[in-house]
Amino acid sequence: MSGTPLLSLAIWIPILAGLVVLATGSDRNAPLARMLSLLGAVAGLLVTIPLYTGFDMLTPAMQFVELKTWIPRFNVNYHLGVDGISMLFVILNSFITVTVILAGWQVIDSKVAQYNAGFLIMSGLLNGIFSALDGLLFYVFFEASLIPLYLIIGIWGGPRRVYAAFKFFLFTLMGSLLFLIALLYMFIQSGGSFSILDWHQMPLGRTPQTWLFLAFLIAFAVKVPMWPVHTWLPDAHVEAPTGGSIVLAAIALKLGAYGFLRFSLPIAPDASHQLSGLVIGLSLIAIIYIGFVALAQEDMKKLVAYSSIAHMGFVTLGFFMFSALGVEGALVQMISHGFVSGAMFFSIGVMYDRAHSRQIADYGGVVNRMPKFAAFFMLFAMANAGLPATSGFVGEFMVILAAVEYNFWVAFAAASTMIVGAAYTLWMYKRVVFGAVANHHVAELTDINGREFFILALFAVGALGMGLYPQPFTEVMHSSVNELLRHVALSKIQ
Amino acid sequence: MTLADMQFQTPDLRLASAEIFMLVMACLILILDLFVKDKKRTLTFVATQLTLVGAAVVTFATTSGDIGYTFSNMYVGDLLSDLLKLLLYLTVIVVLFYSRGYILEREQMARGEYYTLALFATLGMMVMISANHFLTVYLGLELLSLSLYAMVAMNRDSVPATEAAMKYFVLGALASGLLLYGMSMIYGATGTLEITGVAERLYAGQADRTILVFGLVFLVSGIAFKLGVVPFHMWIPDVYHGAPTAVTLFIATAPKLAAFAIVVRMLINGLIVLAQDWQSMLILLAVLSMAIGNIAAIAQTNLKRMLAYSAISHMGFMLLGLVTGVVGGDARFALNSYSSSMFYVITYVLTSAGTFGMILLLARGGLESDELDDLKGLNKRSPWFAAMMMMMMFSMAGVPFFVGFFAKFSVLQAVVAAGYLWLAIVAVFFSLIGCFYYLRVVKLMYFDQPACSTPLEAPLDMKILLSANGLAVALLGIFPQALMSLCAFALLRSL
Repeated sequence: MSGTPLLSLAIWIPILAGLVVLATGSDRNAPLARMLSLLGAVAGLLVTIPLYTGFDMLTPAMQFVELKTWIPRFNVNYHLGVDGISMLFVILNSFITVTVILAGWQVIDSKVAQYNAGFLIMSGLLNGIFSALDGLLFYVFFEASLIPLYLIIGIWGGPRRVYAAFKFFLFTLMGSLLFLIALLYMFIQSGGSFSILDWHQMPLGRTPQTWLFLAFLIAFAVKVPMWPVHTWLPDAHVEAPTGGSIVLAAIALKLGAYGFLRFSLPIAPDASHQLSGLVIGLSLIAIIYIGFVALAQEDMKKLVAYSSIAHMGFVTLGFFMFSALGVEGALVQMISHGFVSGAMFFSIGVMYDRAHSRQIADYGGVVNRMPKFAAFFMLFAMANAGLPATSGFVGEFMVILAAVEYNFWVAFAAASTMIVGAAYTLWMYKRVVFGAVANHHVAELTDINGREFFILALFAVGALGMGLYPQPFTEVMHSSVNELLRHVALSKIQ
Repeated sequence: MTLADMQFQTPDLRLASAEIFMLVMACLILILDLFVKDKKRTLTFVATQLTLVGAAVVTFATTSGDIGYTFSNMYVGDLLSDLLKLLLYLTVIVVLFYSRGYILEREQMARGEYYTLALFATLGMMVMISANHFLTVYLGLELLSLSLYAMVAMNRDSVPATEAAMKYFVLGALASGLLLYGMSMIYGATGTLEITGVAERLYAGQADRTILVFGLVFLVSGIAFKLGVVPFHMWIPDVYHGAPTAVTLFIATAPKLAAFAIVVRMLINGLIVLAQDWQSMLILLAVLSMAIGNIAAIAQTNLKRMLAYSAISHMGFMLLGLVTGVVGGDARFALNSYSSSMFYVITYVLTSAGTFGMILLLARGGLESDELDDLKGLNKRSPWFAAMMMMMMFSMAGVPFFVGFFAKFSVLQAVVAAGYLWLAIVAVFFSLIGCFYYLRVVKLMYFDQPACSTPLEAPLDMKILLSANGLAVALLGIFPQALMSLCAFALLRSL
């Protein structure tokens, strides 16, 4: 396996497939475009499987490394590789792409080729972000991935799609431009290297570390998103088509969190320790305050969007307590949230396709008409609320355990909001699914078809499997997380 | 003056052979056109294009890689001039191809003079690029400007075009005056107008600094006028907007290369000793240009006018690479900085050519199609060209994988390397603002419904060329190395 450039394949197969799909042109060829997209997405998923089976979980070093010079003038390399932290996200992303292509199969009927191509190209770019080991390569993928999502929200989105697309693009760009300057600063400081691994070893004084940390924080906090720069997310989620929401929640939000682990912690360890209080504070605000905000939502997508922000609060909380349990818990939470939020948005999409409303008040008694769907939706609602035996429980529980060791009151604050989390999700579930049939729209609902059943089953396997048996996910992380924490514990100030 | 100085030397004509060829051919085509009966002037068009190709061959054949002076040191031939000239020919060839359909639909422009004026403008730019004497710079600049004034006014019955030509002429004359005044001051302080000679006198410390800096202010103002940076930018929006789009395309592309060349010649070759002085002036101009260009562009409803303000902001960004060459008397960043600016200019010309080419593609039947709303729903009318335009817009906004990102990246790294962190932050801040109006163009093309659903019709050569232009923006964005090192190499061998 060592000779095959698996990561390059994982990046370029979807992108090339996307270009081929674009070439099918107008909607006359829509069936062909759909088939080719599915083929590309599945091929993209298949090449990522050897990443797991061939993964050496004993070493924290980068694996499946590819290194070619790209722009020698600035010492920029096409440098790819994954460790226990990033490997799972490449697979998760490729998996989500398959579900997204399937999710739009019957629903999207205008500009099908462009829609599917957008997701395929984005999938390749996102894989590039998770596997880039060169700072500029990371940045290039990071920025470029904005374009497909901007178009997807803007073309296939809801009534306020233009506003949401602009807000999404400009918010994220604002953060990443400062990130670019931080990268350039490190390029100069390191004597002309863009290698992220070199930057990890580079000594840095306290002041530059603090500035770099803040630049990273802005870039990644927008992407996560953390309170108070989260406001683009509910808009983007509400307006995006179902597929866009799935990718946004399942993958795009993880980029910010991943950035913390790849950049903030190892490059500025002293500043990370010093400013961890700030991040933990913002995380707790996200968990508690945004949890209550979610409770008040009347739009289902908005509710899940706010719950995403709260869940990502657990992730950033887990990172900045600097314990193996916390970081691993956060990583588990990220993957779990990929399955669960993806499934939640897909479920809402299933209802929206039929009744063309996302308002909770427009529903009631859905279980009477869609029993199979209601069962799946129940499972994902429970997972979103963090019920034991679902994946949502594992991550949050690990983070809370780590928080107890870190500080009782932090743990108390975080844990008590699991109640709020259960409240907003289950209350929404109750109002939408249970009770008598509320109106004739609900009365006309038809239960899920085979395609929707298949997608929901895929998500269910992920959410339940990870909840019942999380070890295959956690065991690959151990050495990388331990190495990261060992590294972060060392001061870089000389 | 010694006797040796008085001796008459036969100038080395080899260094100027491309210019001589261009001049002879321009005159011949002027005569040839008198005998062309064809209303379409196909023969004139072909002869003009062949002249440009021929000039490229001559330039390429006479490239030596060394620095050579001729005409009593008034003229210089080096790798930088050869590279810029080759790019210049290429730009003009592309521009003439794009303009062809547009001018054929306008009776007053479809004349042989259009092509001859373009050739004379090109000759002027070649002279600017190779100037090693302040008067040679002026000579080239005036030849370019006078040709452009006439080209802007060529569509005689168009009121906006006439107005634009008047504004361009009056303000251009003022700029030339400022430039000449600055030159005269420098002559007064150093006793020479030869650029390398001025540099020698300055190194020797034989010049009155007060007069020099006084002259420098006027020189920089004149250059700023020609580059179109704030506060000397007033002519840009009116001329870009009022001129026939084919001429706007010409003004927005090739002259930027020549303007960059005269900045290198006058400020870097000639007045590098005063770098601290002109750098601080240029910082101010750069920041103001990025601010006003980007903010004013948001308010525009006309695409040409929006691109005019965008050009102002881009020239401001390009200046950032020039202000970071010398830091505290230390010139070790010079090559890195200047080559990043050069890369920026070249990629800007490439992108700008494609963008105005798109406006020409949309304009049909003698009508202009230059309002932003004319782009509405382009994705429905032609997904391919909508994608091309989108790539140009993202490139201008500086989003990877398009070449504009690497242009911004290379300038920013020069700025950060020189220690101007605050300047880099200001630059990205205004880029963020600028991003808005480029995104709006994408929004119009992709998110909105078309007002008319007629498919685009254009000659095949234009379609191919425009596609190649768009793909170049993407390909250079994936593989920017070659062009970057070419710029660095040319400057290394020429400074």
